[in-house]
Amino acid sequence: MDLLLGAVVLGVLLGCFYAAVSVGLSVSFGLLDVPHVAHPAFLVLASYGVYQLNESYDIDPLLAGLIITPLFFLFGLLAYRVYYETFERRGSDAGVRGIAFFFGIAFIIEVLIIMQFGVDQRSVTATYIGKSWRFGEFRIPIRQLVAFAVALGLTVLLAVYLSKTFMGRAIRAVAQDEEALRLMGANPVRIKQFAFGIATAVLGIAGALLIIVAPVEPTLDRAYIGRTFCVVVMAGLGSISGTLIAAIILGVAESIVLTMFGASWAPAISFAMLLGVLAVRPQGLLGR
Amino acid sequence: MKRRTFLGGAMAAAVAGRATGALAQQPPIKIGMSMPQTGGLAGGGKASLLGIEIWRDDINAKGGLLGRKVELIVYDDKSSASETPAIYSKLVDVDKVDLLFAPYATVPTAPIMPFVKQRGLLLMGNFSFQVNSKVGHDMWFNNAPWGPADSWASSFIDLAQKAGGKNMALLAADQEFAQNLALTARDVAKKRNLPVVFDQSYPPNTVEFASIIRALKATKPDIVYVASYPPDSAGILRAVNEIGIGDDVKVFGGGMVGLQFAAVMSNLGSLLNGVVNYNTWLPEQSMYHAGTKEFFEVYTKRAVEAKVDPLGYYLAPYGYATGQMIEAAVNATKSLDQKGLAKYLRENEHKTIVGPIVFAADGEWKESATVQAQFRGVVDKDVEQFRKPGKQVILYPDKLKTGTLISPFEAARK
Repeated sequence: MDLLLGAVVLGVLLGCFYAAVSVGLSVSFGLLDVPHVAHPAFLVLASYGVYQLNESYDIDPLLAGLIITPLFFLFGLLAYRVYYETFERRGSDAGVRGIAFFFGIAFIIEVLIIMQFGVDQRSVTATYIGKSWRFGEFRIPIRQLVAFAVALGLTVLLAVYLSKTFMGRAIRAVAQDEEALRLMGANPVRIKQFAFGIATAVLGIAGALLIIVAPVEPTLDRAYIGRTFCVVVMAGLGSISGTLIAAIILGVAESIVLTMFGASWAPAISFAMLLGVLAVRPQGLLGR
Repeated sequence: MKRRTFLGGAMAAAVAGRATGALAQQPPIKIGMSMPQTGGLAGGGKASLLGIEIWRDDINAKGGLLGRKVELIVYDDKSSASETPAIYSKLVDVDKVDLLFAPYATVPTAPIMPFVKQRGLLLMGNFSFQVNSKVGHDMWFNNAPWGPADSWASSFIDLAQKAGGKNMALLAADQEFAQNLALTARDVAKKRNLPVVFDQSYPPNTVEFASIIRALKATKPDIVYVASYPPDSAGILRAVNEIGIGDDVKVFGGGMVGLQFAAVMSNLGSLLNGVVNYNTWLPEQSMYHAGTKEFFEVYTKRAVEAKVDPLGYYLAPYGYATGQMIEAAVNATKSLDQKGLAKYLRENEHKTIVGPIVFAADGEWKESATVQAQFRGVVDKDVEQFRKPGKQVILYPDKLKTGTLISPFEAARK
């Protein structure tokens, strides 16, 4: 029983971390319909940025994540503009061509990281990494608690931003009916570009969490591509609160399987759950 | 000078000149290989390649092999088993290489074994584990100090049983190398009636090991044998540090790949203390042979430029030693005939910078020289500390031993 309870607690923490690394994709893919398969590569790039600041200036990883956030916002604006000019504007963004564009970006990022940092694993130091809180026999890694708290805050903040602010509502509007927004005099391309910037900026913090939770290496994005897309689709495209719920469900399920049934089954869990959810609710857990 | 003498001298000079020119014009000897330069095995692959490149430069500085320069043709296999069959076909059929070296590690090597056997090609192995056990290729020479298949696991279990271990937990990555290692550990445990209380494989891309370590801890094992790959080893040790592994554990480690690399060791720092893990070369006096010191002087300089593992203990000297064995075989047989070279390699002892090497009939080292060493007194964020002796105390084999085991694991971590 203790083992099961422990698995659930660790699963919730892991799930919130999954939410943090997926929430940007929920905006870019879920709301904007951009086939952003380079999302995990952006995430790994952010974690290397955090690593650089931590290594060179001994800056706390979370603070380093905040520092690179504006840079990632600008990077997101640029990336979307390139994508828009080369694909969306010409109407060739559909299907495999858009995916190929982002795959290309992901490979370029991977190679650039290898050229700059080499292929070895990199990790950061902070007072909360490598320690745990004890509750009797039960121990919780503090880095996971930090990831949990920051991830929860980040997701809630983004959900509030998208539902309460003018720009947030504009982003939701462009996702629902781009043409209607255009008729009202707004520029949907600029709104989408801004939204993509937000989705990328979020990765500054998510990248910090990634390297806090575990060491990173240049090809780590491949490990996250399945999980992040699974969370976003299972949540219901564009639903931020759904992303949090789906990620926690995934984290708890993975943790229970790892603890109780054997680690070999864990990778199958995310996709089995995705198929199950889509079979019952094709629009996802909180999709419309 | 008499006219005849002058003419004779002129003719000799002309012949010598033509001969030198002919040698210079001879095509290079091409040695082909794939090597992981991206992906999870890239850290090791790059260091291994640098070791081979240092040998190539040394041999070319000495005039090459059979008077021909040595050229390496290398492709990145991305640490993937799916890449290597096509790469080795290309090396043989398109690039027409003269000799083949295997890529670093078991996973990329295993799929090319049927190919080299079918074509009757000599293949110099590079730290694979038991890839020839089912194929039975007689021109395979694995330059790795593993020795007989079960010696790796039995050396670790020996140490643990002597420390009072009565049962074992087994945690292995779900891939070729780790599964082979786990298999031999199960066999050794069975032979010794050692109960295996936890036996799990985890898939590649496992993000968080806290849940697995909790499940392992719940079985209260005395011995924890871990066969992990580089991306996972750090995650496992971190989780062990945070979740704890229990006071019963006498010895922890065994087959963790990654704890031999400078970046990983430096990142983990004091978390390494107490872990007993395998290694292939350590800066202890007993491990120096002719040329070892000089090799590491060159390696240390070039590793910085190449952004490769700055220590290079694990693979790089073995890459150089593989070149030394080929050099000896080619010079002795004065040919590139693969069967002749294989015969020479099989029948002779080879003096290398990692010590004398004798191959058994299955192409593995006849005797194990795999070291089991315990991390001691490691501090955080200091890669230079690993250049000094004493940070990894050698417990096995006896001929290289530099200390005794500190057990239980929790006591050794302090």
